[in-house]
Amino acid sequence: MSPTPTAPPRPNRLARRLLGSALAEALTTPHGVDRYIELVRPAFSLREVRAELVAVHRATARSVTLTLRPNANWAGFRAGQFVRASVEIDGVRHTRCYSPASSAHAGDLVELTAHAQPDGHVSPFLRASARPGMVVSLSPADGDFALPDERPRALLLISGGSGITPVMSMLRTLCEEGYDGPIAFLHYARDEHDVAYAAELRALAARHTNVRLLHGYARQSSAGELRGRFGPAHVRAAGVDPAEAHTFACGPTGLVEAVRGMWVENRHEERLFVERFEPPSPAVVDAGGGAVAGRVRFARSGREAAGSGTPLLDQAEAAGLTPQSGCRMGICHTCSCRKLDGAVRDVRTGEVSTAPDELIQICVNVPVGDVTLDI
Amino acid sequence: MSTTSPPQLTPEQLDAFGRELDAIRERVIADLGERDAAYIRRVITTQRALEIGGRGLLFLSFLPPAWVAGTAALSLSKILDNMEIGHNVMHGQYDWMNDPAVNGHAFEWDSACPSEQWRHSHNYMHHTHTNILGKDRDIGYGVLRMSEEQRWNPYYLGNPVYAVLLALFFQWGVALHDLEVERVTAGKASWKDKGEMLGAIWRKGRRQALKDYALFPLLAGPSAPMTFAGNMTANAVRNVWAFMIIFCGHFPEGTHEFTEEETQGETRGQWYHRQLLGSANLTGGKLFHILSGNLSHQIEHHLFPDLPAHRYGELAVEVREICERYGLPYNAGPLGTQFGSVVKKIVKLALPESGSGERERDVPPVAVAPAPPPPPRAERQPVAA
Repeated sequence: MSPTPTAPPRPNRLARRLLGSALAEALTTPHGVDRYIELVRPAFSLREVRAELVAVHRATARSVTLTLRPNANWAGFRAGQFVRASVEIDGVRHTRCYSPASSAHAGDLVELTAHAQPDGHVSPFLRASARPGMVVSLSPADGDFALPDERPRALLLISGGSGITPVMSMLRTLCEEGYDGPIAFLHYARDEHDVAYAAELRALAARHTNVRLLHGYARQSSAGELRGRFGPAHVRAAGVDPAEAHTFACGPTGLVEAVRGMWVENRHEERLFVERFEPPSPAVVDAGGGAVAGRVRFARSGREAAGSGTPLLDQAEAAGLTPQSGCRMGICHTCSCRKLDGAVRDVRTGEVSTAPDELIQICVNVPVGDVTLDI
Repeated sequence: MSTTSPPQLTPEQLDAFGRELDAIRERVIADLGERDAAYIRRVITTQRALEIGGRGLLFLSFLPPAWVAGTAALSLSKILDNMEIGHNVMHGQYDWMNDPAVNGHAFEWDSACPSEQWRHSHNYMHHTHTNILGKDRDIGYGVLRMSEEQRWNPYYLGNPVYAVLLALFFQWGVALHDLEVERVTAGKASWKDKGEMLGAIWRKGRRQALKDYALFPLLAGPSAPMTFAGNMTANAVRNVWAFMIIFCGHFPEGTHEFTEEETQGETRGQWYHRQLLGSANLTGGKLFHILSGNLSHQIEHHLFPDLPAHRYGELAVEVREICERYGLPYNAGPLGTQFGSVVKKIVKLALPESGSGERERDVPPVAVAPAPPPPPRAERQPVAA
């Protein structure tokens, strides 16, 4: 079992016990206690994790570092895990995955860093508009890409671009623990001004002799210790034996696959852990909006079918599911369910929607390419 | 039950009419954002404040001014919760926000009716089959005679009495609505299939009753009986107000009913047309509209049930103009007039008329010529389930 992640101390146990009591529930029925308290304390909830932004720092032109104070429902995280953060933009709540970059021992504060993606919606908003006082929702920490509880003998941490965050958390966590095994931290960025944690990394490497810091800059071929693309020379420069160390690689697909390819070739892939950081891609849809073959996945029931041009409700029923439905013409919203990803076309208007994680009425939407529904 | 025949539109005109309304809908959907989110949150904050304030004052309800103010605040709280917030949120009007607090499927309202059953009987059944005799159970709610087409029998002599009782206890009437009791008593359905629904009604009703009639009064100590009376009054005020507004939606003089045959294979334009002709608006000021849950804009609500209701006022200007251009009626009037005509109908229909039970076909069907060949499947869903 893991060492208990450092969770924040729970203030006001009596208040929470009273608010969570059956009496409070009965007095506030049907809305529940949360819906009253949150009007005065937006970050409060009996069960949901919410966090208040206490500080915002824009270290580079593209990135924004958010310091969050989660509420009492936050149970901490293991270094390397991610959270789903929900933020409201123009009335609509959007959810994205971010990996805390702070040390897992940091107690009551969690640090996230978002990099504004060119086609993104949430990351540019955060870069431009995040300010202290905002409240966001968080999921509990999740993911298997995490430091094992029994700390490895040596570590090779490889990251590119926004993938720096989980390995930053690993590095900070280990340094705080006084870990003395060798740690090689390889980071690939566009140029030296694009590294959100440049200063912190330098400081950690200076203070901890077991930490070797190596940078590669795609647009500055002469700067940085790592020249050119990731390859055996970079691994040699790291000075850590991949056959002995645990390697964590996180970043764009190109980098991650290069690492994986090399590790597989050298047969130490069981010591490699990877996480791909790609922005949620808006599904590519051809302008004609014609039928695009794809597969329809029903995530919750685990079924899948070849997509057809008929509404998703009909396709779900053909696959043996029985989602609730009503008018079957897009008025009553009985059949509304979550599209986890993919593109759909509304048969009434012809409009195509590609947003990830949105509610759609499946009686009037046909899939365009692959679609995943939460039913 | 119209006295004048509805204007005839050609299939092409109906299609054009439908397209104009579709265009309004799409435009509003594209425009939804911060303004709408901020609005519904303001209403919710106001409702919660009235609720807390009202119940707080009712703790002091041994003082008459506190009783009056507390009961008034709690009445307003329940009205806002059920109408501007509950009814509208449950329609999915704010689903686009992705906020669980205003999600149509998740929202539960401060009323004895389980939200799940309301969504079924109202969002689905009533809005799909609006004013279709034999399909829209809101015509009479299974207890009243609201249409000449409902065959008279001596039970209906009590029509006005049933209406008054339904009004006073409306939240319980609504709670029982989806059970379709009149179908069970007519032998068309059986109680043994209603187990789950009855269970849900019992649980929701019990929680509501416990809150209003046991817990808050008991917590009020010496004020207990006054608090009880205040809570009961607040529920009754909400019941009667909701009854009045809702009954003005489809029953005033000038609204039309439809038969199943004439609405077979309805096109989108015809669907809009039926929604328009079956609905009636109430005129009034901004506060009146909010307190009616914007059901004062019943026409706009029936044309666009899933657009945020606070937008209906702006849309009404355009809708009226479109109706004028197509020569279609736009039924609107003040509460007194519209409700007056509803009361008149309730009383009149308590009595048998000559030729009762058989409708005189003096009103030609709404859809004029033979229905056009159905458009390609992907664009249209037939109305009849």
